[in-house]
Amino acid sequence: MQVLFTLCGLAAVGFVLLITVYLVISGIPAIQKVGLFDFLFGQTWAASQDRYGIFPLILTSVYGTAGAIVIGVPIGFFTAVFLAKVAPKKVANVIRPAVSLLAGIPSVVYGLVGMCVLVPALREWLNLPAGDSLLAAIIVLAVMILPSVISLSETALEAVPKEYEEASLALGATKLDTYFRVSAPAAKSGIAAAVVLGIGRAIGEAMAIMMVAGNVANMPELTRSVRFLTTGISIELNYSQDGSLQRQALFSIGLVLFLFTMLINAFLNLVLKREKER
Amino acid sequence: MRRKVYEIIGRVLLYGCAAITIGLLLFLIAYILFRGVGGISWQFLSTSESVINGTIGILPAIENTLFVILVSLVIALPLGVGAAIYLTEYAKNKRFVAVIEFASETLAGIPSIIYALVGVIIFCTALKLQKTLLSGSLTLVIMILPTIIRSTQESLKTVPQSYREGALGLGSGKWHMIRTVVLPSSIEGIVTGCILAVGRVVGESAVLMYTAGMSMAMQSFSIDSITGASGATLTVALYHYAKENADFQVAFSIATILLILTVLINFAAAFLGKKLKRS
Repeated sequence: MQVLFTLCGLAAVGFVLLITVYLVISGIPAIQKVGLFDFLFGQTWAASQDRYGIFPLILTSVYGTAGAIVIGVPIGFFTAVFLAKVAPKKVANVIRPAVSLLAGIPSVVYGLVGMCVLVPALREWLNLPAGDSLLAAIIVLAVMILPSVISLSETALEAVPKEYEEASLALGATKLDTYFRVSAPAAKSGIAAAVVLGIGRAIGEAMAIMMVAGNVANMPELTRSVRFLTTGISIELNYSQDGSLQRQALFSIGLVLFLFTMLINAFLNLVLKREKER
Repeated sequence: MRRKVYEIIGRVLLYGCAAITIGLLLFLIAYILFRGVGGISWQFLSTSESVINGTIGILPAIENTLFVILVSLVIALPLGVGAAIYLTEYAKNKRFVAVIEFASETLAGIPSIIYALVGVIIFCTALKLQKTLLSGSLTLVIMILPTIIRSTQESLKTVPQSYREGALGLGSGKWHMIRTVVLPSSIEGIVTGCILAVGRVVGESAVLMYTAGMSMAMQSFSIDSITGASGATLTVALYHYAKENADFQVAFSIATILLILTVLINFAAAFLGKKLKRS
């Protein structure tokens, strides 16, 4: 039996190796043909002209993720403080399942609501020819990372020893001062982990953004149609010929995205580990 | 004075942000139901799309979703539970445990579009399974494996050491002890893991769109055609109707169904999780 269970355990390791090896093998050829520099820093992605530069995609992913973090993290953080410290138990017990429901809603549903509410609204408000834009994608992403930011920060805030807060209150600090100047700094590595997890979520999301971002490989600008690394793959995957340079270039984008997420994961593990050791 | 302003701003931020979060959820639910409920009828749920009658039905998508859930769980469950048993009961080498846990965390962090690529490369192309529900299910196995490993492992850890010692002391073998004592007392955690995994499968769209196809035609899940069956699940059908047909009525009706499923899955997981905590 032990052998069987060992094999099950090894399956996870095997899958990771399989994914890495296959991505590297299928991602390298296009990079070789296009040239690493031209691939990473080329400013034009146009399959019809056989030009495959993913710099706009990389920048869009970076800007989009940063935007989502800038909007989503403060809202998530304050909601977490509210849940962990301010809200009466009964209220918190209603909000918590609501937050996990938010986490469970499929990404296409977010995309759909974004398409039907957000995109037309942005077009009206900002007087744009079309509302599909980086801004729409940022807002959708901010909503989508909210649940993970909230639940991870809340867990971290709950874990702050009661004595810290009691000491601060006994010294005459107000409750708010205590939450922001004692509890939050004490929970900072947990909150950092929440931010990193949010980054991971945002950079990996594809379907919801594909429905609101317009998907033209422009250099990123808030009100313009843009293409992310993820949507760069998804928009052409079904139309590219098997074995063509275009298909291979998609695999190369996959490899770049994979490296990005591995980096973020490694960072997340590091932060979480430090949290555990404390 | 400054203190007072600070205090007020702080409170406004706290209550305001919590209100935004809740408001968002309520808005989402209300809007989806408002636009979607009207389109749901027995005919919508129980037939397939018919051009002749001009009616739309999503039975194939429901069947495809169930098929994908079933196949991916049947494979991932034994694999994941087995891995968790190995990690908590058998493994002695800490380094080795760390490697497996790291691998499982890595799998959990990979974005689904990468799984889609991997599914296309490995299952559809290299293993020549083509774009089928089977390819999709197999890709999802890798994706949900970490979920099952983690929740099984957590519930195995809550089984008191004395149970194990008691069983071993009575002369039971290790596997017998695991089968009759450890697993039955951690069944709730395993079921919770399955529910969470089902939630991921139901909500997944990117992987299935590229590995399982987008057809809305009726399947005949007969034994010899089962490996060749290909089609859209609920989420992919939603995308198909919204983005390619611009038929938002149908898309919102599917969204309503997905929303109801999500609520059910969340409640089931929370209920079991609570039960687990109490025991």
